[in-house]
Amino acid sequence: MSGMRDIKRRIRSIKNTQQITKAMKMVAAAKLRRAQDKVSQARPYANRIQGVLSRLVEAAQDANHPLLETREVKHIGYVVITADRGLCGGYNANVIRKVNGQVKGRDDISLICIGRKGRDFFRRTGQKIEQDYVGLGEDISYGTAKEIAGDIMKIYEEGVFDEVHLVFNEFVSALTQRPTSMQLLPIPAEKSEDKGQQVQDSKTDPAPLYEFEPGMEAVLNELLPKYVENQIYRALLEAKASEQGARMTAMGSATDNAKEMIDKLTLSYNRARQAAITKEISEVVGGAAALG
Amino acid sequence: MANKTYLLEVVTPERVVVTEDVEFTSAPGIEGSLGILADHAPMLTALTIGMLEYEAPGGKKEKLTVTGGFMEVSGDKVTILANAAEKTVEIDITRAEAARRRAQERIEIAPSSNEDLDLARAELALKRAILRLEAAKDKRFDAE
Repeated sequence: MSGMRDIKRRIRSIKNTQQITKAMKMVAAAKLRRAQDKVSQARPYANRIQGVLSRLVEAAQDANHPLLETREVKHIGYVVITADRGLCGGYNANVIRKVNGQVKGRDDISLICIGRKGRDFFRRTGQKIEQDYVGLGEDISYGTAKEIAGDIMKIYEEGVFDEVHLVFNEFVSALTQRPTSMQLLPIPAEKSEDKGQQVQDSKTDPAPLYEFEPGMEAVLNELLPKYVENQIYRALLEAKASEQGARMTAMGSATDNAKEMIDKLTLSYNRARQAAITKEISEVVGGAAALG
Repeated sequence: MANKTYLLEVVTPERVVVTEDVEFTSAPGIEGSLGILADHAPMLTALTIGMLEYEAPGGKKEKLTVTGGFMEVSGDKVTILANAAEKTVEIDITRAEAARRRAQERIEIAPSSNEDLDLARAELALKRAILRLEAAKDKRFDAE
């Protein structure tokens, strides 16, 4: 009898868990939709500014600006974007593993952690963390990205880093998130993937000779920080969408697993019940036979 | 008279505000207002806080507030990368009013705290708020 009660208790507790995972899945799905909208709305600007930048850099070969100039690399910074919370499958682990592989045991690398999970992990491993941002919330505003980008550029210009990389989960679909690493600073002048975008973006113009107003230098001064801000903004949005996608998938399969377990336990509960009844009947029959 | 048209795009980091074929655009360049007709020479300019106006074929005029950014003119296309942009009908008057008051307060207390940076930022915020309020007022007169 006690076996039956135990099984019943387990079924109840798994049902509770299942309700929670189901709710989390639904919440993540709703948030995913919002995050995805934001990503797609931010994309045109990102593409355009990338296009403008690569055309500009091409037109201004001899431009030198602190954010463009490559320095001898002594210290490298990694900006690591993770989630504040867990329960989202391999989402945080994937990014952390990617960074940890490159960073482990090197003291010329320090980190800027965005998101609690990454910060806590690297704090435990004792990697140097230059700056951290946690609790950014669900709605990433451009202002937030601007602030973070401002801090990063300031640190960079002070010479703490000679190179800054950005690592985050790129949103491919709700099921797939790709951990991506890209160079943020110095701004890479030529990248093959930008070229593709640029061709797509402005069909045929063969790098027009621009007139600059108020002057090339001034335009660069305005444009480059904007570009960095936008990179951060885009990465934050992609990471957010990825997080919700990963959480939705993880919670979906957790719900399925719970269902499977409940089915199995229900089966063994019924079996135990049947066995108990059979036992009782045979006792009754045995008792009657003894009397007769 | 049918003028030649070109594609005008106004995008902000958060969304696409305008994609339209237009005949004429007037933008708040950092060194003064700029008028752009079709076949303008390629150029790249920084923008300041001000009004962006454009005319679509058929005499339809539209006004937007722009709070700084860039304009790229190339070939048959004008792209405006604005920090923020709103059509006049989208302006939130109460929010702009609140921002104006906040900025003014900050400007008043700034000299005592002796923060140049804060003062500059408050002044920019004030400029943006005033622009939005004026644009919103314009819209109401247009409607009458």
